[in-house]
Order: sequence, then structure tokens, then C-alpha cells
Amino acid sequence: MELELTPELKKVIDGLSEKHSGNVVNVYQSSGDTFVHVEADAIVEICRYLKEEHRFINLADIIGTDRFTSRERFEVIYNLVSLRDLQRLFLKVRLEEENPVIDSVTPVWKAANWFERETYDMFGIRFEGHPDLRRILMPEDFEYYPLRKEFPLIGIPGSIELPSSEPDKE
Amino acid sequence: MSRGRLTDKVTPRFFKEHQRSLYDSLEDKHTTIEMLEDEDPLGTKMILNMGPQHPATHGVLRLVLQLNGEIIEKNKIDIGYLHRGVEKIAENKTYQEFMPYTDRMDYLSPYSNNVALCTAVEKIADVEVPERAHYIRMIGAELARISSHLLWLGTMVMDAGAVSYFIWTFREREKLYDIFDQLTGHRFTVSHARIGGVANDVTETSMAMIKDFVNTFPQELKDWHKTLDRNRIFFDRNDGVGVVKTEEAVDIGAAGPSLRASGFAYDIRTFSPYCRYDQVEFEVPTRLEGDNLARYYVRMEEMRESIRIIRQCVEKMPKGPIRTDNAKQAYPSKDEVYYSMEGMIHDFLMTDTGICPPEGAECYHAVEAPKGELGYFIQSDGTGHPWRLKIKAPSFANLQVLEHVLDGEMVADTVVIIGGLDPVMGEADK
Repeated sequence: MELELTPELKKVIDGLSEKHSGNVVNVYQSSGDTFVHVEADAIVEICRYLKEEHRFINLADIIGTDRFTSRERFEVIYNLVSLRDLQRLFLKVRLEEENPVIDSVTPVWKAANWFERETYDMFGIRFEGHPDLRRILMPEDFEYYPLRKEFPLIGIPGSIELPSSEPDKE
Repeated sequence: MSRGRLTDKVTPRFFKEHQRSLYDSLEDKHTTIEMLEDEDPLGTKMILNMGPQHPATHGVLRLVLQLNGEIIEKNKIDIGYLHRGVEKIAENKTYQEFMPYTDRMDYLSPYSNNVALCTAVEKIADVEVPERAHYIRMIGAELARISSHLLWLGTMVMDAGAVSYFIWTFREREKLYDIFDQLTGHRFTVSHARIGGVANDVTETSMAMIKDFVNTFPQELKDWHKTLDRNRIFFDRNDGVGVVKTEEAVDIGAAGPSLRASGFAYDIRTFSPYCRYDQVEFEVPTRLEGDNLARYYVRMEEMRESIRIIRQCVEKMPKGPIRTDNAKQAYPSKDEVYYSMEGMIHDFLMTDTGICPPEGAECYHAVEAPKGELGYFIQSDGTGHPWRLKIKAPSFANLQVLEHVLDGEMVADTVVIIGGLDPVMGEADK
């Protein structure tokens, strides 16, 4: 499929395929958004390149997804915004089901801290080098990863100890 | 003798593992800072748990502050007390069914949330929206922005000590609720936008109420400016407090008014215009200081700009349908449902299956909610339910900013800073 890129994004894609040709797996568009699928090992390097060379200084979000039953089950999507060129770009990496680990991008953007914690909390994807990788929405006592597809919608009864409803009794 | 770990001294009564790791993390936050001195004869050092049930935290936000006298040395923010798992719920609902849940995300401006979801679904499923619906949505979203900013103004000024403000801003909010009641049929959780348009048209009564509000509100705004701009107490409480520096604002992920108060004119309405924001004139107010006072000015000016946008929308709104006529994409009108068999079948199909975006499609669409960039990321597997729906919540990002900003501030200023960053826990906790 032919890509319809704005001049600014074309420059970015060209730069990426030139400097990191070995690490770019695929570039595609869906509903007008541009996605760049890259190798998981090179994520920090590519993020740093995009931030420094193409001014993608704003990391808007990190999105985890579960491609249940597919090969390379987990996906992490980085939502990048360039305030100078007014462009949005999505970086995407895929991770194996067994022990999903990826390098943290907190050295590149500080904002990645909580976004990565949320992804870890919901999918169990570990971010290597993260300064404070704890759960964020669920309590630490919780053992499951709720947004994985095998987690039931009703939850798992008894999976979490609730405070006593009668405050005087221990 | 080394000082004992913090966790040895506290005995939490529930979520034991969670509390332990939270306190551990507080101790480890800045590895460069030495462990606290053994000798503290005056007992000035303490750990203060603020929230989750504290009136000034605007919901169920919990802050764990390590204090030295009145200064916050380090802090950790604990969120998730309002986590309802809406992203998981979304995967098990049709797109339209999920919309009422978005009302409960940022419950201070439900209209913006509805518009955010609907525009995202329309983008991924390629739905055309009639012109009139765009303008109705813009009016609703701007009214919601004013409503949200009014609550911020009331509570933030109340946090700074002026209780009567809360009553004045809520008098204006009450008018907005009446407008929403007329316009959408609900006062609070409006659920007015529909995929492909809006639920019902503007009536003469609601239009008259909107015009009346637009005419009277600027005077209120002026009066508030008069009482606050030169108010020594208010000024001193906010000036130079909770500074988000320009050079780090984007890096730590500030969103919306907090980012604009630090000097970045980043507004989705101009960054990638949705609805018909490219057809109306308005300005994006910015400040350079990045402190609480700057955020106050930015939000006050935004309310003025919102009024300007509503005025133009009222003027420019064309006549015509309010929902797309394609029965495969949107609900048919009730007339059709009650008086034709086809209409009824379509209504049934929309409720049962709903709209089905193409398989494998992915899309992200953001709107400028009152709190900042509110985006929906949707992955479709070709069925009526999203395979994955991710919400980029501006309050979540702003709470992260709060953690950076609080270090070194006075403990008495925390409530003002929380008020100034204006997080909504329903949105941050998802």
C-alpha cells in the first residue's frame, strides 16, 4: 500500500530507514495514523534518535496490547508528538509471550515513568532499567494482570484482601 | 547504628504488600540523598499520609509526604483508589454501549469525553458526521470546558482560603446544568453524542438559554477577575508556587492548561482540528511562568475564549440533519424506528452488534478536554467490540507532574498545587 505522508513525516521515515534500516521492520498507515514497527532491542536508540533529530519531545502515551493467540503476543506502542512539526508518530514493538521484557525509555522522556508502570500493571510487561517499577492502579498484593485477555471480566473472587467493613473489628 | 527501615515502623492494616513497596519506594526515590539523620531531637521529620479521603485532594488521591518541618523533602503519589477497569469493560461492550462509561471518566466535563470517544470511533470506522452535529458538539464541549473550569476555580480558590467563591462559581455551574438538562436530557452525565452525530437537536428553549448564558457570563468573569487579580492573599498563595519549568514541562508530561501555563501553545484544537474548530476564531492563551498563578490566568482566559467559540458556533450553525443517515453506521431516528419495519431492524442491529470497523484497523484520536489532551486509541478485530481501547487521560499525566513539582514545596501549599493542576481521579484511575 502506498503511504500518504506529510513532508515532515516523510523526512522522519526516510531518516529512520537510513540510520536504522536494520531495526525498522515495517511502516504502515491505518485510519490516517502512521505506525513504525521496530525491533524491540533498538527501542531506546530509536527513541533517542527521534527525540534529538526530529524533535519528538513529547511522549503522549505508552499503550500495551495483548494479541492473544498470535505469535509475539504483546505489543507496546509509543505515541510520540513533535511540537515543532505538529506531527504524531506511533512506534511499535512486539514482544514474546514468555517473559516480555523491553528496555525502559525513561532516560529519554521522564514522562515514560508512569506510562510504563501502567503497562506493567495491566499486562505484566517488564521495563528494564525503570527507576521505580511498581504497580500503579492495582495494589502490589494483586497477582494477576487484568488487561490480559485470559483475565475474566468479573475478576477473580478472593484475589485481593479487602479492608474490614467493620472498622472496630480487626 | 543505622536507622531502621521505614517499613519496620509502620504496621499497615490492609494491602500490606502494596504499602510496604510504597514506603520502600519513598525511601529509594533519590538515591543521592543520604538516609535521614539518626538524631532528630526536635522530631521535625515525619511521614505524612494525605488522603485518600482528604477533601482537598479532589477525590481519592493519596500523597505520602516526607516532611522536614514544613518542607516536603520527598513525596510519592499513590493512585488507583477509583480504578474501575473501564478499558477492560470497553472490550466487552459495543462502541455505543461504552459511551455512558466515558461520562464517568472525567465526571466534571462528561460532554468532552463523549465527543472524544465518538470522534475516535468515527475516525476508525470512517463515518461522516453532518455539519450541524459538529457545531452542536462544539457548543456542548465548550460549555463542558467552562463547567469544568468553574469547578476548578471554586475549589482552588477555596483551597487558598476564600470559601464564598465556591458558592459563586456553583451558581454559574447550576445554570450550565440547566442548559445541559434542556439540551441533552440529563444534568450531569449527559451521554449526548452518538456515533455519527448527536442524540437530539437543539430546541428553541435550550438555544435561548445558551444565548442568555453567553451574554451574562462574561460579566461574572470580569467580576471574578476584579476580586482575585489584585487580591494580596490570593496572589501570595499562588505566585511562584508549584512551578513547572518551561524546559521540563513537556519532558515530564504536563498536559492541557498546565502545559500552556509553562509556555507551550499545544492545544489539540489547533494542533489537529477536529469537529469544526478550524472554522472558528479563537486564541490559545499561554503564560511563561508555569506557576499556579499562570495556570489561573490561562484557565480564566480559556473560559473567555470558550464563550467566543460558542458565540461563533451559534451564529454559524447550519440547518440540517443531526445524525448520519446511513443506518449501517448510526442509529436511525426514532420516527423511523416506530413507523417502519426497516428502521426497527436497523435499530435492533445497532443495539445488538453496533458499528464494526474494518479488521486490523488501528486509530488514535484526541480532543482537547478541559484537562488537556484526551485521546482514545482503538484496535479493531472486525467485530462490534473494540479489541483494545486505551484512554490517554490528561489527569494521569498531570498527576505525574505533581510528583515532580511537590518536592521542596511547603506542606501548606500542597492543596493549592493540587487545586492548580486540577486532576480528576475518575479519569486518572480509569
